Amino acid sequence: MTGAWHGATSRTPRTEGDGMTTIERPARRRAPDPAGATGRARRTRTRRDMALFWFVLPGTAVLLLFHYVPLLGNVIAFQDYQPFIGIADSRWVGFDNFDIIFNGDDAFLRALANTLQLTLIQVVFVFPVPIALALLLNTMVGERVKRVVQNILYLPHFLSWVVVVAIFQQMLGNSGLVNVFLQARDMGTWNIIGNPDLFMALLTSQVIWKDAGWGMILFLAALSRVDNELYEASAMDGASRMRQTWHVTLPALRGLIVLLLILRLGDALSVGFEQIILQQTAIGIEDSDVLDTYVYNNGLVAGQWGASAAVGLVKGIVGIALVLGANKIAHLMGEEGIYKKR
Amino acid sequence: MNRPTSAVPGLAPAPPAWRVLKSLVLLACCLLVIIPFLSVVSTSLADAQQVNSTGGYVLWPDNPSLDAYRAILNGGTVSRAMTVSVGVTLVGTLLSLAATASLAYGLSRPGSFGHRPVLLLLILSMLFVPGVIPSYLLVKELGLINSYWALILPMMINAFNVIVLRSFFMSVPRELLDSARIDGAGELQTLWRVVIPLSKASLAVVGLFYAVSYWNSFFQAMLYMNESAKWPMQLVLRTYVVNNATIGAGEASAAGAALPPSYALQAAILVLSVVPVALIFPFLQRHMNKGVMLGAVKG
Repeated sequence: MTGAWHGATSRTPRTEGDGMTTIERPARRRAPDPAGATGRARRTRTRRDMALFWFVLPGTAVLLLFHYVPLLGNVIAFQDYQPFIGIADSRWVGFDNFDIIFNGDDAFLRALANTLQLTLIQVVFVFPVPIALALLLNTMVGERVKRVVQNILYLPHFLSWVVVVAIFQQMLGNSGLVNVFLQARDMGTWNIIGNPDLFMALLTSQVIWKDAGWGMILFLAALSRVDNELYEASAMDGASRMRQTWHVTLPALRGLIVLLLILRLGDALSVGFEQIILQQTAIGIEDSDVLDTYVYNNGLVAGQWGASAAVGLVKGIVGIALVLGANKIAHLMGEEGIYKKR
Repeated sequence: MNRPTSAVPGLAPAPPAWRVLKSLVLLACCLLVIIPFLSVVSTSLADAQQVNSTGGYVLWPDNPSLDAYRAILNGGTVSRAMTVSVGVTLVGTLLSLAATASLAYGLSRPGSFGHRPVLLLLILSMLFVPGVIPSYLLVKELGLINSYWALILPMMINAFNVIVLRSFFMSVPRELLDSARIDGAGELQTLWRVVIPLSKASLAVVGLFYAVSYWNSFFQAMLYMNESAKWPMQLVLRTYVVNNATIGAGEASAAGAALPPSYALQAAILVLSVVPVALIFPFLQRHMNKGVMLGAVKG
């Protein structure tokens, strides 16, 4: 699809079905009318464009109300917010609420430490799993087997966290399948659920179980695009299978790996909110609190609205800075990153 | 050169031992997914005697019975939660699809009035995520606490889905739209008669994604629904399975009869909260395998 709409609109390149990972920035400005556009043509176009605007309206209204209004609601971070008084009348306290962050409140620091620890663990142990699965599956012989394995592995992605946590409890809990098996053989019980020492490992294995198969799909799609002639050419040059994997297969995944790492980095401060909320009572706050659960527990449960909103706000800002920073680095490395560089 | 032993032409063949190892690893991964499901379904079908004799979960039911399902689907908490979840999912998905398709169509022609700011608003909404607390306060201010709308409206538009759909709408050949226009079709008719029929597959995928996210949403309900009579399935699952609350006669309302063992009841609740996703999954899979999504996911 090249050329202009109705002979009168912009000539910005379009994304051709690649909108999912690479989002083009909106055109800087409207392209000027081509020389021949008469007043009537312009009026017709404006009328048509107005019609399109009505289509945009309902969705935009919902987006504004439920996305951008709450963003403005973050002003309570600078207030001594009291629910029964409301935002308009609550007292303004400047940066007082941010003391928790800058003076290092214990509970906050603990949540921050847990968050960073969990993010690090997940980048190291979770991130490579889909890549490994994709490499294994990609070289399997037999399309049907491949398809079946693929479908089985990504099914858990569509389960909710409640279901995943429930399944893990039913399998690994004290009367779960594993312990029933151990008891039947007089091997005692292995306390996994509710054991603070194993909590991080439990969270990590849940994430792998749920999402590794889904991540694998993205990598398989990238692998299916590798030009087989590259393998043939490298075989001619006497490359071994290892070297082919290293020099042909992995470079083909580089862009995707960078993209996913950027997105992961942007989420560095938000790990496993629902997952942890569900399991927190059994473990206790100390070992399980992360920033998101801290905001929830401190604000919605304990009623410290302003202070929690402040933590949430700073977390959001740092997250955005991380994404943009990582994206900048990706551009410097010559990768595409989240959006195309213009 | 034709190498039947390699799935990828040109790639040097793997040593046989490696091939066996690879298959075993993948088989183990598949079993890790399948066995939990099998065990949960089996336990929900197992009779009291077997559950009590193993002291917990079973891998295969000796005398399968539907007692657990009969007990919980008897008009109590679980049946009500199923109704709520199905209702919210259906209404939510329809509204989401309508709003998303409309928004995507409105944004499908760069240069139209309002195109740039709205697109920017949409893209930035993925970057700027409002916190839990302001979102909760908004819903409360709007008086939507304990309203089913609180489970639908905040998640009605997914920017990502809009962008996917938009890129499909943009690939509809312009000649088709022009000819519809010449035949006197307005924008609404063009969307309904030309663009939507051509993008059925991608609409289906987007709809299925919305449906799954409505069905699976748990935190919204936990925040906004204080009355347990209005709980969706995920919240019931959390209360009675994850938090292990006792399932009494009130929840199950099995009139007079002895309740099946709680493990079987829990397993049955778990199965019921997965069933719709399991029913949707083959459709999702078919569209995904057709490459509808994969084509849009650029490597």
